[in-house]
Amino acid sequence: MSDYKNIWVLIDIQNGQAKTLELLTGGRKLADAVSEKLVAVVIGSGTDAAVKDAVANGADQILVVDGADYADYSTEGYTYALEQLAGKYKPAALLIGATISGRDLAPRLAARLKTGLAADCTDLEIDAGTGTIQWTRPAYGGNELAVIETPGARPQLGTVRPSAFKRGEPDTARTAEIIKEDIALPAGTIRTSIIERIAEVAEGIKLEDAEVVVSGGRGVGSTENFALLKELADLMGGAVGASRAAVDAGWISHVAQVGQTGKTVSPKLYIACGISGAIQHLAGMSGSDVVIAINRDPDAPIFEVADYGIVGNIKDVLPALTEAIKKLKA
Amino acid sequence: MNILVCIKQVPDIEKIKVDSAKKVMIMDGVPNIVNQFDTYALETAVRIKDADPATKVFVVTMGPAQTKDAMKSCLSVGADRAYMVTDDVMNDSDTLATSYVLSAAAKAIEAREGVTFDLILCGKQAADGDTGHVGPQLAEYLNYPQITSASEITVDGGKVSARRPTDEGAEVVAAVLPAVVTMSQTAYEPRYASVKTKMAANRAEIPVLTAADLSLDAAGVGLAGSPSKVIKTFVPERKKGGLKIQEETGELSAQKLTALLSDAGVI
Ligand SMILES: Cc1cc2nc3c(=O)[nH]c(=O)nc-3n(C[C@H](O)[C@H](O)[C@H](O)COP(=O)(O)OP(=O)(O)OC[C@H]3O[C@@H](n4cnc5c(N)ncnc54)[C@H](O)[C@@H]3O)c2cc1C
Ligand SMILES: Nc1ncnc2c1ncn2[C@@H]1O[C@H](COP(=O)(O)O)[C@@H](O)[C@H]1O
Repeated sequence: MSDYKNIWVLIDIQNGQAKTLELLTGGRKLADAVSEKLVAVVIGSGTDAAVKDAVANGADQILVVDGADYADYSTEGYTYALEQLAGKYKPAALLIGATISGRDLAPRLAARLKTGLAADCTDLEIDAGTGTIQWTRPAYGGNELAVIETPGARPQLGTVRPSAFKRGEPDTARTAEIIKEDIALPAGTIRTSIIERIAEVAEGIKLEDAEVVVSGGRGVGSTENFALLKELADLMGGAVGASRAAVDAGWISHVAQVGQTGKTVSPKLYIACGISGAIQHLAGMSGSDVVIAINRDPDAPIFEVADYGIVGNIKDVLPALTEAIKKLKA
Repeated sequence: MNILVCIKQVPDIEKIKVDSAKKVMIMDGVPNIVNQFDTYALETAVRIKDADPATKVFVVTMGPAQTKDAMKSCLSVGADRAYMVTDDVMNDSDTLATSYVLSAAAKAIEAREGVTFDLILCGKQAADGDTGHVGPQLAEYLNYPQITSASEITVDGGKVSARRPTDEGAEVVAAVLPAVVTMSQTAYEPRYASVKTKMAANRAEIPVLTAADLSLDAAGVGLAGSPSKVIKTFVPERKKGGLKIQEETGELSAQKLTALLSDAGVI
């Protein structure tokens, strides 16, 4: 086990852009604690920009696998590449973003490497003596937190919520060692193919990146009323989110859904409008710093997790709130 | 076509209460149910059978004796045959060990029934651990391709294609059969059992497989076969529910909130 060294972070690339750079902040903490290197792994096709970002965000070393085989994410292609890299370099740990592709990849890779895996982690610590990581993760819909370890196998694997860490200030003057690895996929490795892509990109700030999220539920009532939320979100430089009930009703696209089957957000301010606070919804927003709830039912469970609540009809409260904040900002 | 659906029985998390003084979850009286996503997986399989009656739908679970209830419930809503894998040596298995057992179970059921599974469906994740590992890990053990988090699937020409969400929207992905697909929520709801199908399910024979029946390597199951260890669990500190504002009008409430937020430095 002592052959295994360094903390790796997989950098997720979407449309040529590096995602999950936040994980480098978490990786840095672990690497420093055990005095090892922080290594960013960049897999894709046309990775120069992502490599630069990884250097600026704190990686000491970058492992780059660039090739046409990796232009699109595929479970089997990426698993193969990481299996080869892990075999050659023997990392102590690999952090993967708890994104849709990360949660597809990590379990497959863990089974390939016959190692442990902690899913959807919100916090990480490391034992400086043994190098064993304590991965903290929610279970039972967030009712409980569990601490997981992989004491007897290496590398240690975890998917980590990007929102668990804040991205540091990028330092473009930093340098790092860049190692290119040519990994050709054996014929027939990838048995899946992408047939169609359906883009539903919400305009404006991305939900996951927003510092303010104004979310609406069934209580919003209509597509038109969602404009009230949009107005407040725009005013505060935030994004609009939704509960599943609002998405199911067709008032807003599913990319806005927050919760167990949607996105996980942890903004500075989360404003829940006409949302009851079902546990599947809370699973996606309980990491928010401050929560405001607006609901006409004083007994709605959302009030139990809210720092501030207004009992009232969103049709009255929201426009007034937007107005009052506008005045304050003026 | 033959489909295997992996079913996990889980506590109904909606009914879990937390004792915030003692900082424990109250599990007494919380009923066990079939994991919600698994019910979508089963319904999806049964719909394939509805369209093509030559299809057979099998369900399997690894769990203690009381998971028989989950198996009966699956038989009452369209599964043709249910298998349980029950053995104390499997206690405390992590997802890797669970997948290993399920992969061996899939092979054993194929041999017993004289079938081969074209498609294996799982839930996207189980409501207790919320990991979503078992589908992909089962696919790895069986060396099949995988598609995760599907909301809709079609099977045609030796392939399964599935619609799944991406961070940008959605995509349709095809995989060569046999394949493992994990199901998220579907547009359709799982069907209900009738009195008649419930009675038939009660009478059905549900074979129980043990470690010996699966010729498992003992080192790969239970605590010994589980590289992930749960070191501790705890109930997180919950915010106590903050300030509730209910002035005479929405406008007054909004103004009060804005003043409070401004004082607290939130905005
Ligand atoms: C497997 C599974 C996965 C799920 N995943 C998710 C998920 O990812 N995200 C998610 O959100 N849900 C998810 N759900 C659904 C979840 O259980 C709830 O059904 C959903 O969150 C409810 O949405 P809601 O709060 O908008 O609607 P409701 O529960 O109907 O609540 C509406 C609220 O609006 C209030 N209201 C009504 N009118 C007004 C008004 N005019 N002014 C102010 N308040 C008003 C009501 O008092 C009520 O509290 C999932 C469920 C399952 C089973
Ligand atoms: N013990 C089990 N028996 C049968 N299927 C299981 C078991 N555990 C997990 N699964 C399947 O794998 C899916 C994902 O579970 P998990 O990885 O535990 O979140 C579940 O929705 C089930 O379909």
